[in-house]
Amino acid sequence: MTEKFSIRDYLRDLKLPFCTGCGDLTVASCFLRAVHELGYMDLNKFVFCSGIGCAAWIPSPYFKADSIHVTHGRSITVATGVKLVRPELNVVVFGGDGDMVGIGLSHLIHAARRNLDIVVVMVNNMIYGMTGGQVAPTTPIKAKTTTTPYGNVERPLDATRLVVAAGASYAARWTTFHVEQLKESMKKAVTTKGFAFVEAVSQCPTAYGRRVGLKTATEMLTWFKENSVVLQEAEKMVEKDLEGKIVVGEFVHREFPTFTETLYETIGEAKKGVKAN
Amino acid sequence: MTNIHFWQGNEACAEGAITAGCRFFAGYPITPANEIAEHLAWRLPQVSGIAIQMEDEMASLGAVIGASWAGAKAMTTTSGPGFSLMQENIGYAFMTETPCVIVDVQRVGPSTGQPTRCSQGDVMQTRWGTHGDYASIVLSPNSVQEMFDLTVRAFNLAEKFRTPVVLLADETVAHMRERIVVPSLDKVKIVNRKKPKRGDKAFFGPEDIPPMPSFGQGFNISATGSTHNEYGIRSTADPIVHRRLVERLVGKIRKNTGKIVDIEDYNPGKCEVGIVSYGCTSRAVYETVELAKKKGINVGFVRLKTLWPFPENAIQTMAQNAKILFVPEMNLGQIFYEVERVVHGTVPVVPINKIGGGEMVTPEELLKQVVRGLEKH
Repeated sequence: MTEKFSIRDYLRDLKLPFCTGCGDLTVASCFLRAVHELGYMDLNKFVFCSGIGCAAWIPSPYFKADSIHVTHGRSITVATGVKLVRPELNVVVFGGDGDMVGIGLSHLIHAARRNLDIVVVMVNNMIYGMTGGQVAPTTPIKAKTTTTPYGNVERPLDATRLVVAAGASYAARWTTFHVEQLKESMKKAVTTKGFAFVEAVSQCPTAYGRRVGLKTATEMLTWFKENSVVLQEAEKMVEKDLEGKIVVGEFVHREFPTFTETLYETIGEAKKGVKAN
Repeated sequence: MTNIHFWQGNEACAEGAITAGCRFFAGYPITPANEIAEHLAWRLPQVSGIAIQMEDEMASLGAVIGASWAGAKAMTTTSGPGFSLMQENIGYAFMTETPCVIVDVQRVGPSTGQPTRCSQGDVMQTRWGTHGDYASIVLSPNSVQEMFDLTVRAFNLAEKFRTPVVLLADETVAHMRERIVVPSLDKVKIVNRKKPKRGDKAFFGPEDIPPMPSFGQGFNISATGSTHNEYGIRSTADPIVHRRLVERLVGKIRKNTGKIVDIEDYNPGKCEVGIVSYGCTSRAVYETVELAKKKGINVGFVRLKTLWPFPENAIQTMAQNAKILFVPEMNLGQIFYEVERVVHGTVPVVPINKIGGGEMVTPEELLKQVVRGLEKH
């Protein structure tokens, strides 16, 4: 790392679309700082895939890079095609919680299961923000949203623990309050061989915060700060005390053969004339 | 080794794909299309290609779209239920001008219907299946030979026009075995997408078929299914940008109808009875012509090898002389309505429909209808 970080070096000259106080800018900045600190002076070795939702707009078309903005929930499937054909490229998916664990959940699980070597950054704002604040699979129980005016009756999904169970090589969760940790996890995610998942719990004061009594980004970040528990501490706590808390930290970091490695090995064997079944 | 084989239609389709340059396949198991996936899983790795099974049909076409932007010729195969699930991504491929091939081996629907039985029920879905304005290119094979030849053509058209192309097969053509002559590679015309020059920035217009770069080449591609300008930058409210984009996308296919349309015909300008058919049903028409000849009835036909864009001229030509047109289909009337629209009341058009159990329209049934129809009109 020789040059000073300037976010402009990595962005197209376009006006960004995010609302005042949105956490997506923090996530974008953490990611680009991470990439810069890893020594990438441009994004030529990256392909960004994203689906539908505010977080999908982080790379598309704002990053000065190849990006493909696809159908709702299917970004990981498109990333699969890109990565398998061009394994030398860093393929990174950005998506919201609706995109990743709502409509696109099965693709997330299967990508982790396959240990497909891509990075998935899930921006979890606990709401469908782009469409105006409907309940999401990640919305806390009892929270009031436009489609749960009396309070959410469903339990939220823990996406990070889910991908750990599905076989991810790397998984971490932080909030937009934890910018340094978030950036460090993104560096690890990019350099991890295999499926890497970073969940960034993020504030949406516009479509979520103001309906649950947290009107500004500051109030939401304070809430994150006061309610986050690091994984090592959480493991010592009883379930009841963890209610309403955000468990943050690095959940897993391990190495398995990746999907592309195994696939290309198999292709090599087939080309040598190994007998098929 | 001879290049004459006794292949199944699905095998011929898979080999046609490899000949066309397909090096990426993603699919999800479904009857009656499985043999294509199985054959490609065996054959593609031998030619450095990739064949994977995805978790569903949306994922399959998603992976194909990603592979296409990564520079590979890519294909997925399915049948009715899976084809329904693919509709959103078909619209995406159309909107982003992503060349790819989707094979739909038709079975009886709606819903799960009769999975192992033949049908021609998806014709209109290939035309109007996704939401919004679009134009589709759809090919209809009627033999094992055409499962090979039209698969090659499907890739060529996809690459040439930068658009998804559907090969609309049916269970009968896909599962039957017959003689096929595989052409030597130097005899096969292969079309590859137009590549950009260094410094090019517009990959989504203004020319009808813009050049297509691949990821990782330094072009900073911005692909999006949202309305976008020629640089791929989203414009979700501007009426002009939307009109310019979608009218160009539809126009590039409409304007080239003459180059895309492909038919087989017999005596279309002189027949007294005309039959419009496609796919497996068209195989009965050949014999009907012979049976009718013995009765002194002059039957001609137009067989649609491309369903969309619709071969209007060929049908209008036949309608000029024929007293009556018949449209046999294994559905309750789909191409029939299109024929009726095209002939515009100048000649009676009679549908002959049969659904369920994979029962074909037989030459005898066709002949009976022809005789009866002639008496009535």
